[in-house]
Parts: sequence; C-alpha cells; structure tokens
Amino acid sequence: MIVAERKPLNEINEMVQNANKVLVLGCKGCVTVCNVGGVKEVGILASSLRIAAKKAGRELQVDERTLERQCDPEYVDQVADVINDYDAVISIACGVGPQFLSERYPDATILPGVNTEFMGGAERHGVWAERCAGCGTCVVHKFGGMCPIARCSKSLLNGPCGGSADAKCEIDKSVDCIWHLIVEKLSKQGKMDLLLEVQPPKDWTTARDGGPRKVIREDLAQ
Amino acid sequence: MKSGSRLEQLLSAGHFVLTGECGPPRDSSAEAVREKAKHLKGVVDSVNVTDNQTAVVRMSSWAASLILIQEGLEPNYQMVCRDRNRLAMQADLLGAYALGIRNMLCLSGDHQKFGDHPSAKNVYDIDSMQLIRMVKTMRDDGKLMSGHEMANPPKFFIGAAANPFADPFEFRVHRLAKKIAAGVDFIQTQCIYNMDKFRKWIAQANDMGLTEKVHLLAGVTPMKSVGMARYMKNLVPGMDVPDAIIDRLKGVDKKGQPGEGIKIAVEQIQELREMKGVAGVHLMAIEWEERVPEIAEMAGLLPRPQL
Repeated sequence: MIVAERKPLNEINEMVQNANKVLVLGCKGCVTVCNVGGVKEVGILASSLRIAAKKAGRELQVDERTLERQCDPEYVDQVADVINDYDAVISIACGVGPQFLSERYPDATILPGVNTEFMGGAERHGVWAERCAGCGTCVVHKFGGMCPIARCSKSLLNGPCGGSADAKCEIDKSVDCIWHLIVEKLSKQGKMDLLLEVQPPKDWTTARDGGPRKVIREDLAQ
Repeated sequence: MKSGSRLEQLLSAGHFVLTGECGPPRDSSAEAVREKAKHLKGVVDSVNVTDNQTAVVRMSSWAASLILIQEGLEPNYQMVCRDRNRLAMQADLLGAYALGIRNMLCLSGDHQKFGDHPSAKNVYDIDSMQLIRMVKTMRDDGKLMSGHEMANPPKFFIGAAANPFADPFEFRVHRLAKKIAAGVDFIQTQCIYNMDKFRKWIAQANDMGLTEKVHLLAGVTPMKSVGMARYMKNLVPGMDVPDAIIDRLKGVDKKGQPGEGIKIAVEQIQELREMKGVAGVHLMAIEWEERVPEIAEMAGLLPRPQL
C-alpha cells in the first residue's frame, strides 16, 4: 500500500487560517489501511480543527466526507455538487488525491493534509516500512526476494558496502542492512553464486528518471 | 603497463609501496593542498585525494589532484558514487586523465547523512562495482558506457577499497573477488586496527588466490589520542577498534598519546610488511600529514624506490 503520515496540526491550521468553511476529505484506499486518511481520521482531524479555531476565537465550519478512493474519477466526481461551497478542501488521501481533485475542480482550493511516504507494508501493528521504490523493472528475484534499490540506503546492486555493521545500516542502527539479509538468506539457500555475479548498471528509464510515467492497457483503454 | 603510473610501475616491479592521503580543504585554498603535499613529497609513492570525504564538501578531488601533480606528487584520484551520475563521472574521468591523473579509486561513498549537507539528494546511479567496470571498459575497450568509441581513451590504474571489518564478515572476501572480476588493479583497505581479523581475512584472500590477481595495500591510520580512538570505534561506520588499542593509548599520559599512536602504527606496518598477500601500506594520517615522514622513517620505508 501507499503509506502516509498526517501533517502536523499546526501546519494544517496555518493552511486554513483564512478559510471559514472547509471540507476534510478522506479516502477508503491505502490511507484507511495505514490509519491516516479514513473515516475515523477524517473525524479526528475535523474535531481538532474545530477546537483549534474555537481556541483562536474564530468561526470555522468543518465538514467531513470520505470517498471510496480519490484516485478514480468516478469517485472524485461524487463531490461535484458541494466542492465549490468550501473555501478549502483538505485531502487526507495520498499525494494522488489532492492532484486528482485539483485537476477535476480547477476553481477549488485543495490542500494536502498528509505527507505521502512510500510504498510498503505493516511490519506489525503501527509500524510500516518501505519495500518498493517503483523503479518499473522488478529484480527482487535476483536478491532473495528483497529489493536493494528501495531498501539499501545507497541503492547498491552489488552490496553490501563497507558501512554494514551487526546487520544494520551505517545511517542508523534502527535500519536493517538489506544486503546483510540478502547475503544471509542466499547463503542459507546455497545460492551465493547469484551474488558473485557483477550486476550491471541499472537502466533507470523505467523509473522516475525517465520522466513522469503512464501505464496504458490497450485492452481496457478502448 | 595499463596506465604507466608510478604506483603501477612500483607494484609491478614488486616493491612494497607506501601511499599517503590528502584531504582537500573546505575552501578554495591551493596553499592548503601544497602545505600537505610538502610533507608527503618523496615520502610516499602516491597520494590519495579524497572526494568529499565523510560527505563534507571539499575542494574537488580532481582539482586538488592537479595541484599535487604541480607539486611533483602522483595523485590517486578518489571518486564516490554518491554525488555524480554516470554522465558526470565519465566527464570527470576524461578531464582528470587529460590533466595528467593516472590512478583512480572507485568508492561508494559515505551516506550524506554523515556530512555537512544531510538534506542533499544522493545519486548512486551506479555503484562502486559498476564504476570499476566502467573505468576498465573506458580503458581497455576504449568505450564510454554508452558504447561511444573514443579515439583517446583514458588509461587509469584502477583502485577500489575493501573493508574486512564490515559485516557480514564471510561475504567480505567474496566482495573482494567480485571487485577483481569487475576489473580492479589495486585495493586499499579500510584502516586496520583489529590485526587478528585482518589476518583471517587476508588468509582467505590468499587461499582463494585473490592476492595474486590484485595488488593489496593495507590501510593504516595512526591514532592521535585515546579520544580519536574512541571516536573511531563508536562513530565511524565500518571501523573495528579493539579495546586493546584504546587501553594502550589510555596507558600513557595525554602528551605521550600521539607518540604512542605512531608507535602502534609503525609496529603494524612492520607486521603487515611480512604478511603474505600485502603489497604495500596505505597510510592515512588524517590531518596529520606532517608526521608521515617520521612514521615512514621509523617503519624502515625510506628512502622510497626510484624508477
């Protein structure tokens, strides 16, 4: 899923300081799963904004709504009749949400209420970690099912570097050295030969470096 | 000869080489480079010029290398993968060769988190292994990574680093083998303090026949004080400083610690010189270049061989 984190309340407050009527708009996709942008979080953010406004002694109407997804036009369309009633709309979907809303509603003021972090999963309750960098050419099978592009701090394809200590990365002891895990796993599986081959430079054209990307499925796009 | 550099000639002739290191200044002072060069001239065979070491911005490595050439020293131009993509790397390599630089060292580079610009974006378009292969292809096939054929390819003597003290230890010797397969000519190791572990590693490298395929230079950095030893142990990534070293420095008063640190380094060099598979020593006297002549003298490495 796409993992996001709520922006600090004061940052959001600052963004809406000139608004009198705002809509907090959630999404039932990834951000609901990672507990940051679903129905519940819409309610929490809306209440927090109301309380903050009251404390500041100003009028602020905060409405709540959560769409099935903010990354599909059919759901984004569902706020067409109300969106222009608001001075601002705070989207707490991933970064796709505020952009789809901005494109669909050119006259509306759309604000991001979360910071989109990465593509990852829940390691345990309340802990999410990055797994994929979306490079467009998956190679995890060469590395014991683990991705050094997303998970090595230096994206090394021929690691581990000289900074690996006690299975941890040089940047922080809380970060696993993915190369340590790759070596350990492949060595246990008797597949070390996979790691003795020099991996050639990566072709980054399928990654973000090749420019903004688009996937067109001819069979569906007809 | 691949490059014809002094370092390559000495290693090929079987001399036990001594290389030094020069960290360029954090400003534009050519004088600072010359000052360091003064202490190293005639004392070491080649001088590594670091590339934004520990991710701190310094005068560019090729520029400081050029100043060393002007001062009559042979540089070993370091290049890290953190700050440049393949275009910038190849461009700098062509320029460095045009300016007379003949040795170069391929490194991953410390993460920018450790440096003076932690908010920077890093590059890591290619890694150190791929950099080795790129420089070798430029030299031996006369081609850029794009396949473009060069009429005048740069002919570098290609170096890389090895850290026998990083984890996982069992893989370290394989990583060395991989660098050799990628095309490296010489290796300089991370600073050695844990001699037992180093002996274990070099024995593995000898057994696999790797030290016959590559010139291996053992890294030595003299400790200035017990404070430095503690700092190296606790805060420098990939460093293995045994307590015995710290205890030995602690055993002498503060004034005597630099001398003790030098004594330890000299003993290490003498031991390394007798070790099978070690072709030389890379002496990294960090911001302590003025003591290099004394260390070289005490270790019996002077005078340096003439070509």
